[in-house]
Amino acid sequence: MTAFLHMLPFAPINALLAVPATAALILLLVSSYRLGAWINMLASGTTFLFALTLLIERPAPGAGYLFVDDLNIVFVVLGTFVGLTTSVFSASYIGHELEIGRLKPHYLRFYHGMYQILSLAMNLGLTANNIGLMWVAVELATLTTVMMVGLYRTQAALEAAWKYFILGSVGIALALFGTILIYMAARPVIGEGHDAMVWTALVANADKFSPELLNVAFVFLMLGYGTKVGLAPLHAWLPDAHAEGPTPISAVLSGLLLNVALYALLRFKMLLAANPLAVAPGPLMVTLGLVSLIFAGFMLYLRRDIKRLFAYSSIEHMGIISFAFGMGGPLANFAGLLHMTMHSLTKSAIFFAVGQIAQVKGTQKLSDIRGLTESHPRLGWGLVIGVAAIVGLPPMGVFMSEYLIVSSTFAREPLLAIPLVFGLLIAFGALTWRLIGIAFGPPSASVGDAGRQPSMVPLFIHLLLVLTAGIFLPAPLVAWFENVARMLG
Amino acid sequence: MQHFSLDAAHMFAGGMVLVSFMMLYQDRILGLINVFAAHAVVLTLSVSWQAYIQDAPHLYITAAIAFGLKAIGIPWALHRMVVRLGIHREIETVGGIGPTMLMGIVLVALSMVVMLPAAAEADPIAREDLALALSVILLGLLMMVTRQNAVSQIIGFMSLENGLILAATGAKGMPLVVEISVAFSVLVAFIVIGVFLFRIRERFDTVDTQALDDFREGRE
Repeated sequence: MTAFLHMLPFAPINALLAVPATAALILLLVSSYRLGAWINMLASGTTFLFALTLLIERPAPGAGYLFVDDLNIVFVVLGTFVGLTTSVFSASYIGHELEIGRLKPHYLRFYHGMYQILSLAMNLGLTANNIGLMWVAVELATLTTVMMVGLYRTQAALEAAWKYFILGSVGIALALFGTILIYMAARPVIGEGHDAMVWTALVANADKFSPELLNVAFVFLMLGYGTKVGLAPLHAWLPDAHAEGPTPISAVLSGLLLNVALYALLRFKMLLAANPLAVAPGPLMVTLGLVSLIFAGFMLYLRRDIKRLFAYSSIEHMGIISFAFGMGGPLANFAGLLHMTMHSLTKSAIFFAVGQIAQVKGTQKLSDIRGLTESHPRLGWGLVIGVAAIVGLPPMGVFMSEYLIVSSTFAREPLLAIPLVFGLLIAFGALTWRLIGIAFGPPSASVGDAGRQPSMVPLFIHLLLVLTAGIFLPAPLVAWFENVARMLG
Repeated sequence: MQHFSLDAAHMFAGGMVLVSFMMLYQDRILGLINVFAAHAVVLTLSVSWQAYIQDAPHLYITAAIAFGLKAIGIPWALHRMVVRLGIHREIETVGGIGPTMLMGIVLVALSMVVMLPAAAEADPIAREDLALALSVILLGLLMMVTRQNAVSQIIGFMSLENGLILAATGAKGMPLVVEISVAFSVLVAFIVIGVFLFRIRERFDTVDTQALDDFREGRE
């Protein structure tokens, strides 16, 4: 395998960007929806394979604008995998939307091209060895998702896209100011020019930076990228964007884009952790995480729209993950990484189910969706398993990561564990209560042809992975996550 | 010469803060657009001056973008759009000019208090530039918060972005400044085109974002 990799005329890490870029160019020219969907799947699959090769052999550090280390490879592999399964789901979902006439073919003209540009932006953001480049990538990802959220061109969809646009823009503007401040802090130590924005150089020299500048910079970065993570009180764009956009995009937003922003935050947290005089970034992340968790937990009870319900659940889980990384230390970091992986897989699986549920029921209103396990057993039980996983029932993977977060918090800061457990229980109650209404009881009316088979493969692959992780984590994976957890400090 | 170049840089940056304040009390959209064009002109002067004293010719590109796009192109497009949407005569309620201005003064003071000590070790040009740039950014945010109209919010965002360009050019030798300013121009162009193309006016009968919010509440 390694020999084969050496025979390639290009480095696999460049392929992570080149494949989506080429596919996007081709897709912009292809007007047929079916052909586009196949190219989209093919390109996503190829990108995922190239991401896998990075596990075998990594490019030498130092040269170029890109780099791979233990931390970002987890995000890249997870991201390209969810990108692949979502492209499979998208092909059947959007195909059905076309059939029932909710989407017109010319609306979809650039849909697949945008999907690949989004994939390009996320890979670039995750592998960039330069804080300026990373910022540009996050901006590009924001722009493409804005276009996709507005895809239906209804009033609600345009309103959601506009809100996402304005709030996202303010977020990335603040993040840019933070980035400039980091450069200002690095310049006296590293010298002018390109090197003072390179991750590897920044982390190596962070102990000599001016701590005051780093502190101010982190506040801006936390607010800026925190907006993109969807942490309360900066979350206002998130439920609208999830609910009004096409469902594959909801899955990508929750499963991938939030992670990219979180990754950026983690990098800057490492930078601050390397400087003993700078303020500890942990408490800020813990506070925002807890606020998001408890706020989203209560908001879950008030939702009337099924996609908004799970969008708030994403805010809740991003809160839990920020809390875990904010606590820091090997165990909490390990749990945070695991939780992030499990949440991405589970939440995108749930959106795969929710999208098709909304199609068969012809509505997103929770009150009009009842008795799914009776009328559509496979979709219904798929959703039941997904929700059971996301609320943290054993033996699923989310249970394990939440258990680790709670137990490590009890061991170190018992007082913080109280609001954490409180928030988890509120969210558990809300989602279980809603699930019982959706899945059981006498079924509500369905629309469309009953004979259509839902596409369940991506959903069950995700859930199977989550279940496997809950029962048995392979030792090399554990060793890897432990290593990353130590890196995060 | 050293002293003069410093003073001139501070004068331009201070000029931007001043024009930001002028934007806060414009209650007619056309007036606001004109003041924004002036904001972009001052930014152009500031960036050109930085390019000259830092001996960094690539910054002239940033200055050219600022002038061509933000001082001429976008104000012209917004002018046309506002007239076509028929909102050029409307008077916006800015929520009391007095309190807004006071709030603005507080924000400027805040950015001085935060930035000057934090950047104490940086060189004097960058230090004061950063403090003034943060003031411009916060004033832009204040404008986005106090305005209800989508066009005014765009202008608020663009003035915020001018503050970012000011900070980026003040940071001596910062790489990617040109690329970032181009990326931002794309973003701004998207926003303006978005209002145009998606005809927010046509769809919602008003570009007042309050109406958008009402619409959403009614739905959920």
